[in-house]
Amino acid sequence: MSGVRVLVGTRKGAFVLTSDGKREDWQVSGPHFGGWEIYHVAGSPADPDRLYASQSTAWFGQLIQRSDDGGKTWEPVGKDFTYEGDTGTHQFYDGTAVPWEFTRVWHLEPSLRDPDVVYAGIEDAGLFRTVDGGQTWQELPGLRAHGTGPQWQPGAGGLCLHTIVQHPTDEDRLFIAISAAGAFRTDDGAKTWQAINRGLKSDGIPDPDAEVGHCVHRIAMHPSRPDTLYMQKHWDVMRSDDAGDNWYEISGNLPTDFGFPVAVHAHEPDTVYVVPITSDSLHYPPDGKLRVYRSRVGGNEWEPLTAGLPQENCYVNVLRDAMAVDSLDEGGVYFGTTGGQVYASPDAGDTWEPIVSDLPSVLSVEVQTLS
Amino acid sequence: MIRVKLPTHLRNLAHVNGEVELDIEHIGEASMSTVLDALESRYPVLRGTIRDMNTGKRRAFVRYFACEQDLSHDPADTPLPKEVIAGDEPLLIVGAMAGG
Repeated sequence: MSGVRVLVGTRKGAFVLTSDGKREDWQVSGPHFGGWEIYHVAGSPADPDRLYASQSTAWFGQLIQRSDDGGKTWEPVGKDFTYEGDTGTHQFYDGTAVPWEFTRVWHLEPSLRDPDVVYAGIEDAGLFRTVDGGQTWQELPGLRAHGTGPQWQPGAGGLCLHTIVQHPTDEDRLFIAISAAGAFRTDDGAKTWQAINRGLKSDGIPDPDAEVGHCVHRIAMHPSRPDTLYMQKHWDVMRSDDAGDNWYEISGNLPTDFGFPVAVHAHEPDTVYVVPITSDSLHYPPDGKLRVYRSRVGGNEWEPLTAGLPQENCYVNVLRDAMAVDSLDEGGVYFGTTGGQVYASPDAGDTWEPIVSDLPSVLSVEVQTLS
Repeated sequence: MIRVKLPTHLRNLAHVNGEVELDIEHIGEASMSTVLDALESRYPVLRGTIRDMNTGKRRAFVRYFACEQDLSHDPADTPLPKEVIAGDEPLLIVGAMAGG
């Protein structure tokens, strides 16, 4: 019997939502780690029962939790994220130089092949990896050694490495994104990196088309077409067809091109989802209407998806890690809001239902498709 | 024997109820540093939650109280109050009141 498991990180704990393949009736488990901020929960593609969760508070710091039974039980694993070597400095908000300092783990990206291998994106921006199931973490320091590191500066949420995208077949190729430095790619297993921001234009920085400094919010890829990347930038929805070497805008007829998440349908590489948000100063949907926008043609032409979503008096936000898709035959789409709702669409976005409506503010949503 | 009261989140992490009782060598010279060493030795999950696991620096939103005094800013090797060393008073490790 096929089914789905939705992994939800919130400001006050983690929740695991499960359903069969119909995605009509849901069981809710949680809160796990109640009272802690759960920035991300992710499952291993190689072993769906292996889950990892990033648990933190400003009071007591960072923990990583691991489950080997699909989220029924959890055990804390390693949490020492010590940067490699001399950290140097990056820019603070006011432009002064400050040393790198660990704050929290934003994103966990389990390897496509090995459940014991996980990449972690942290604040202040760095990329770490475990090869022993989370017991120990080592920095992949080539990223921070990129010569532009001293120019990186935090976005409103901090200087965070929030996006990690793995090439489906080439283990040496990774894409990452940092707010507010931009997107980077490695082709040699994270030893060296190149900034891949050509074509981005950001009015909020002194040189709008600088090599780095762009506030990239999220990158998504379909595994059947790994050279095509979709990006939700601070403003602008962008696309690259050459693995990030060049980007062009595909915002088209969106009501606003500000937003956080971007996702690609599991079976249709040209079907893309974004959630337009009014602006960087108004972090809620335009006109109080919560609308997912879908393009069936890889961008530029977008249609609003509204059935089942609130179309008046809605002023929630959808954060960058809070949208995901399943890979059932009729591909589903999911997202969570800062108002504590998690919505599911079992029909590619045509209709939506809230799975839960009163969770703490949602930070992240991941979906596992279970066979 | 030193009695330590942990905040709720840390009691949950360590799977303890109520106070923690620690037997410490050279108890007459016990300090915040030696108490935390013993606490983290018994409950490794607490490493890094009270003080930085590399520098030993107290986390900004954690405070140490005992005998109605704030010990947070004392050097970590300062001897604890005699009432704490005698086990008559607990050492309180507190999550600072801030935020929600």
